[in-house]
Amino acid sequence: MAGHSTYEPQNAGAKWLERRLPVLSLVHGSFVAFPTPKNLNYWWTFGGIAFFVLVVQLITGIVLVMHYTPNDALAFASVEHIMRDVNYGWLMRYLHSNGASMFFFAVYIHIFRGMYYGSYKEPREIAWILGVLLFFLMVLTAFMGYVLPWGQMSLWGATVITNLFSAVPVVGEAITTWLWGGFAVGNPTLNRFFSLHYLLPFVILGVVMLHIWAFHVAGNNNPVGVDPKSDKDTVPFHPYYTLKDLFAIVVFMILFSWFVFYLPNYLGHADNYIPANPMVTPAHIVPEWFLLPFYAILRAITFDIGPIPSKLGGVIAMGGAIAILFVLPWLDTSKVRSANYRPVYRFFFWLFFFTTIMLGWLGSKPAEQPYIAWIQFFTVLYFAHFLIVLPVLGLIETPRKVPDSINDAVLGKSSDAA
Amino acid sequence: MEHTDTAEPSRRDFLYIATGAVGAVGAGALAWPFIHQMNPDASALALASIEVDVSAVEVGQSITVTWRGKPVFIRQRTEKEIAEATEVPIADLPDQFARNANLEDGADASDANRATTGKEAWLVMVGVCTHLGCVPLGEAGEYGGWFCPCHGSHYDTAGRIRKGPAPENMLVPPYKFSSDDVVVIG
Ligand code: HEM
Ligand code: FES
Repeated sequence: MAGHSTYEPQNAGAKWLERRLPVLSLVHGSFVAFPTPKNLNYWWTFGGIAFFVLVVQLITGIVLVMHYTPNDALAFASVEHIMRDVNYGWLMRYLHSNGASMFFFAVYIHIFRGMYYGSYKEPREIAWILGVLLFFLMVLTAFMGYVLPWGQMSLWGATVITNLFSAVPVVGEAITTWLWGGFAVGNPTLNRFFSLHYLLPFVILGVVMLHIWAFHVAGNNNPVGVDPKSDKDTVPFHPYYTLKDLFAIVVFMILFSWFVFYLPNYLGHADNYIPANPMVTPAHIVPEWFLLPFYAILRAITFDIGPIPSKLGGVIAMGGAIAILFVLPWLDTSKVRSANYRPVYRFFFWLFFFTTIMLGWLGSKPAEQPYIAWIQFFTVLYFAHFLIVLPVLGLIETPRKVPDSINDAVLGKSSDAA
Repeated sequence: MEHTDTAEPSRRDFLYIATGAVGAVGAGALAWPFIHQMNPDASALALASIEVDVSAVEVGQSITVTWRGKPVFIRQRTEKEIAEATEVPIADLPDQFARNANLEDGADASDANRATTGKEAWLVMVGVCTHLGCVPLGEAGEYGGWFCPCHGSHYDTAGRIRKGPAPENMLVPPYKFSSDDVVVIG
């Protein structure tokens, strides 16, 4: 998506098209000839993997809609109908429900990759911000999708999350009523969530294009973190990375298939096979695993902070946990991108990774001590990483010597090969 | 746009701005139907009130009925429960307002204000946790009232929040006893 193309249309048809809409040269420049650092490791394949899963979600989703009924009296039965009556319906649904988990799994690795190698730093801030936006849209999409089967977790998950808005001072109640289209989560809510669940993945697709465009302007970052300086540092995207990505996708499909065929309900919750009942809340409401760290942070604020009541405080903390990612490029003061050359940062990176894992685990636990205290501890660590560690570390840490070029690093000329 | 080269704003500038302003107002007015369509529709607003026969509810028992799509708890409390709720000083309560739709807004959260005169044993309230909307479990929690399992809110025997993240006492809906055995809610 940048002017790298050396594309020469070969046949008459391609020439005709090229003069009128140069889409062939655009594709050629972006995904064939595109000069790509030659040292990308397998952590760089997760963007392609995430895109693959997005396509899986789009296809299986469109197929599910052919059999699903978005109505509070019929939705649960229609999902059972998909599972029992529709030819291969079980496969479509299991691909879609596990696909959501796979999507988040791939995107989380993709995000941590970006953090480890400093891919958010100048000049790739916009690509990073669009990535955080994509993550946010994914959260919305998955949340609304989980409501569609209209089981107990669907209803009560939707109730708890939409009620977050009631924490907004003054207009909170008006907002929740507007979101629900009633006085509680009900049929109007299910209908609008269905509409948006169909729409948002296509919005995601559009933002993915912008995301790719943005990092194609600067070119890919790489494990060494220095920009390519000559032709010796890069290889054309095709066939080197098309095939590497394809290989990684195939390996990823093994994991995906393992869940779909052997553990299809492992990542879900048994209560969602009980039809929604507005009179009874399940004893233990948990969101899907990929939202657990944020759910934990929501529950960390059990006390009032000055004029802010604890309920609003929890909502602000949870929103802040995602929002802070948007400004990450400006919180990290170090000019060195790759953690390979930042020994102290590397320690804190793994501490941060551990923090998110612990928050995820704690998010699945009941709201009791000692879990609450641990959640508070790790929530402090989460925010401290962004607000204290990153700004300060860039000023005091002495990085190791960064190689002069990718080629030098690959050939081991610098003592600190990646 | 040569006309902007002159220092004086021209008639044309004025027309541009006026047109833009009218357009913005029009776009805003057009946006409203698209926003308002999501608010509760006429069928959701046409909420009939409900009549509940409570003659079968013995002391120490509760029933749950549906009103506006939400659960409403109706409980005939025991002497002990009423005594416990009455003893608590208002100053010790996290939410010191009655949250009773049948009283003035500022009424305090005394046990009498949570129930209704002459019917102190009866507690009628919307069974929705004021934190994030789960339905609390009855006869549970540290205060022997209700416990919300979602994020651990404890309510006392008058349905007042005592501990946990919920900010307010559970709401008492508009209701009255039309006879000794019949409650009309709404
Ligand atoms: C960003 C991509 C998407 C994600 C992350 C996603 C996520 C989800 C999730 C988590 C569920 C609940 C699965 C369950 O527990 O049964 C779901 C259900 C559903 N989704 Fe999606 N989805 C995506 C794209 C789509 C698209 C593009 C469509 C339609 C065009 C669609 C249509 C449906 C339907 C009809 C259901 C209800 C049937 C069922 O529960 O299996 N989804 N989605
Ligand atoms: S919804 Fe009751 S404690 Fe959160």
